[in-house]
Amino acid sequence: MAAIHFGYTISKPRAIDLDRNNLRKSDEILREMPELQTCIGCGACTAICTAGNLTEFNFRKVHTLVRRGEYQGAYEEMNKCMLCGKCRLVCPRGINTRGVVMLIKRKLGDF
Amino acid sequence: MKKRIIVIGGGVAGMQTALRLAEQGVEPVIVEKEPELGGKLRGWHVLFPSFTPAEEVLTALRRRINESGIEVRTSAEVVELASRSVRLSDGSTLEGDAVVVATGFTLFDASIKEEYGYGIYDNVFTSVDIERMLNEGRVAKADGTAPRRIAFLHCVGSRDEKVCQQHCSKVCCITGVKQAMEMKKLFPEADVFNFYMDIRMFGPGYEEMYREAQQKYNIHFVRGRISEASPTIDGRVQIKAEDTLTGRPLRMSVDMLVLLVGMRANDDNAVLAAGAGLNRAPSGFLAPRDLFLGNVCSNVGGIFYAGTVTAPKNIGETLNEGTAAADAAARYVEA
Repeated sequence: MAAIHFGYTISKPRAIDLDRNNLRKSDEILREMPELQTCIGCGACTAICTAGNLTEFNFRKVHTLVRRGEYQGAYEEMNKCMLCGKCRLVCPRGINTRGVVMLIKRKLGDF
Repeated sequence: MKKRIIVIGGGVAGMQTALRLAEQGVEPVIVEKEPELGGKLRGWHVLFPSFTPAEEVLTALRRRINESGIEVRTSAEVVELASRSVRLSDGSTLEGDAVVVATGFTLFDASIKEEYGYGIYDNVFTSVDIERMLNEGRVAKADGTAPRRIAFLHCVGSRDEKVCQQHCSKVCCITGVKQAMEMKKLFPEADVFNFYMDIRMFGPGYEEMYREAQQKYNIHFVRGRISEASPTIDGRVQIKAEDTLTGRPLRMSVDMLVLLVGMRANDDNAVLAAGAGLNRAPSGFLAPRDLFLGNVCSNVGGIFYAGTVTAPKNIGETLNEGTAAADAAARYVEA
């Protein structure tokens, strides 16, 4: 007998669960570009980002989520980037941010 | 006749003060409550950012104290002080021409932050435990095995109104970076996470070390304060935090949770200050006369400060203050 659906749902947990997340892709990305780990979360990349000023795109947040193994939607998000490279000019850690966009797109194209 | 200055405390600050006083032609006497000189540094392994063995610094200071023939009274606790005398716990009084207070700090007792389970769960440690284990040459989980995942929590007993410690202890950030690197050297396969509120890299070479920890040692820095730790069925520790840079709650289990405990003011600062009429800062540390031109002087003539009795400091700053306090005290007694 099929369960009766009363119209109630349970929200999916919002927590990032590092015991469940598969960090293999994230490790691969960080191995190819260790400099991404030096991000101090200042947000200068996002502040200067043209795409981010016109859409919901937030480069800092997307790459941080990817580093935590949260890959869902990251590829689509990175597609909003126009590769203008202004973020790289402002990054105080000198991270090749445009390279990060390309790397994440390459690694997570199938997510 | 030589002027005599009483130095209370035989840690790094007190030893440096006494050495400089002797150089200035003043006769110092060190009063140390423990059976030997060295203070807190005795429990430390290597010092940031150069990984210099703590023992190297201590041995050099002790050797110079011996060579200068400085009078040292160990196992002697000061219970009351004035600008020309101190009273010891055995009831005796020591006379001098001035006093330098170099009584240091007290380590925050991590078990007060009960939500982190120190003293309750086997695999929760403090930064001091890690230094001790490094000194003993054996860092391991409670069951003796090697950890695969280690989390460090910054600001335990610092910047926390809930435990009446609103100040920043300043040196724990860099200690966390240093110990994370040491863990990664010992256990290259392990994942190391540092949970921080702010990373404060105030000294020369510190920011460089932080960057090296990130880029070369793959240490993960997560901006968020762990809210609680709980045991898992297999004896690990589950932690919860917010990954504030993504705005999402985060949870994970780790083999070892290391709490970076802060420096707090000594409990007897209140008694000593009340007896001698000294000012204390809201943090409980003794307050210098002013923070710029009188930072090693107290508000009472003839009583001086050196080291962490006035605020958290690193070893280099403490050594500098020892020198500065000795100079100020020597000028005072010669005047």
